[in-house]
Amino acid sequence: MIEFISQPWHWAVGGVFLALVSFLLTWLGRMFGISSIFRNICAMVGAGDRFSYFKVNLKEERWRLLFVFGIIVGGYIAAHYLASPEPVAISPKTVAHLQEWNIDAREGDGFLPVSIFNFSNPYGILLAVLGGFLVGFGTRYADGCTSGHAMTGLSHLQVQSFIAVIGFFIGGLIMTWILLPILIG
Amino acid sequence: MRLLSFFLVGILFGIVATKSEVISWFRIHEMFRFESFHMYGVIGSAVVFGIITMLIMKKLPVKTIDGKLVVYKVKAMQVKRFLIGGSIFGMGWGLIGACPGPMFTMLGHGFLIFGVVIVSAVVGAFVYGAIRDYLPH
Repeated sequence: MIEFISQPWHWAVGGVFLALVSFLLTWLGRMFGISSIFRNICAMVGAGDRFSYFKVNLKEERWRLLFVFGIIVGGYIAAHYLASPEPVAISPKTVAHLQEWNIDAREGDGFLPVSIFNFSNPYGILLAVLGGFLVGFGTRYADGCTSGHAMTGLSHLQVQSFIAVIGFFIGGLIMTWILLPILIG
Repeated sequence: MRLLSFFLVGILFGIVATKSEVISWFRIHEMFRFESFHMYGVIGSAVVFGIITMLIMKKLPVKTIDGKLVVYKVKAMQVKRFLIGGSIFGMGWGLIGACPGPMFTMLGHGFLIFGVVIVSAVVGAFVYGAIRDYLPH
C-alpha cells in the first residue's frame, strides 16, 4: 500500500485528490483558500490596530490555521514516509535548458534548486525573500491564490477568478522568460 | 473536533501536493516554459472535477455538515485588482516555484528556506494591507 502511494502520481490522480480536498472543505462549511493565512498572521500580531484590512474575525479563521498546520505535517509525512524512489522527472527539454544555467534538475530530489536556495548563499536568501514578498503581496492584492481562485473560483465558474488566473500566468511568464534569465540564468 | 478535521484535510493536501509534484520548483518552471503537460493536467483535471463536484452539491443538493446549502460568496468584479495582483503573485510563483499551499508543504519537507519565504509573504501581505488605498483595484 505504502509503496503504491509512494510512486509519483499520474496528473489525473493528483487532480481528483485536489478536488477531493476542495470538496471536503466545502462539506465542512468552508471554501478552499490558503493565502488568507498571511493576512490572518498579520492580524494575529496586532496589525488590525493600525490598518483596517487586518481587522479579521480570527475565531472564524481558526480552521485555516489548523488546515495550514496540517499541510506542514502532510509535507513532512510525504517526504519521510511516501517519498518517490526517484527525483521528480521533468521534461528532458527543461533539464537541458536548466543545465545551461548550471542547475541540475535532480537537486533537492527534483523539488528545489538547492544550489541557489540555501542558507549559505546570501543571494539565494535574497531571492527567497523577494519571491515570498511577491507571493504575499500579490495574492492579497488579487484576493486569492491558486487555491482560492484557480481551484475554488473556477470550480464555481467565476469570471473574476478566470481573470486572476490569466494574471497568474502573465506574471509567471514574465518571471520565467524575462526576469529569471537575468536573476539566475 | 471540527478543527481537527481541518487539520486532517491539511495533511491530505500536503501529501497530495507532494505526490502530484505541484510543489516542485522544477515542475512550475517547466509549466511556464510549456515543456510538459503535467501541471496543466493536474490543475485542469482538478478544476474539471471541482466544477462537477460543485454542480452536484448545488443541484442535488448535498448540504454541508451544518445542513447549509453551498453558496459561493462572489467577489466584486475588479479587473485591475485581479490582473495586477495576479501578475505580481505570478512573478513570485515563477521565482520561488511555490504558491502558498506548496510553501507550507515544502517547509514540512524540511526545505527550511521556506521559513524565510513564508515570513516574507506575511510581510508582503502586511505591505498590501498598509498601502491598499493607494493601489488601483
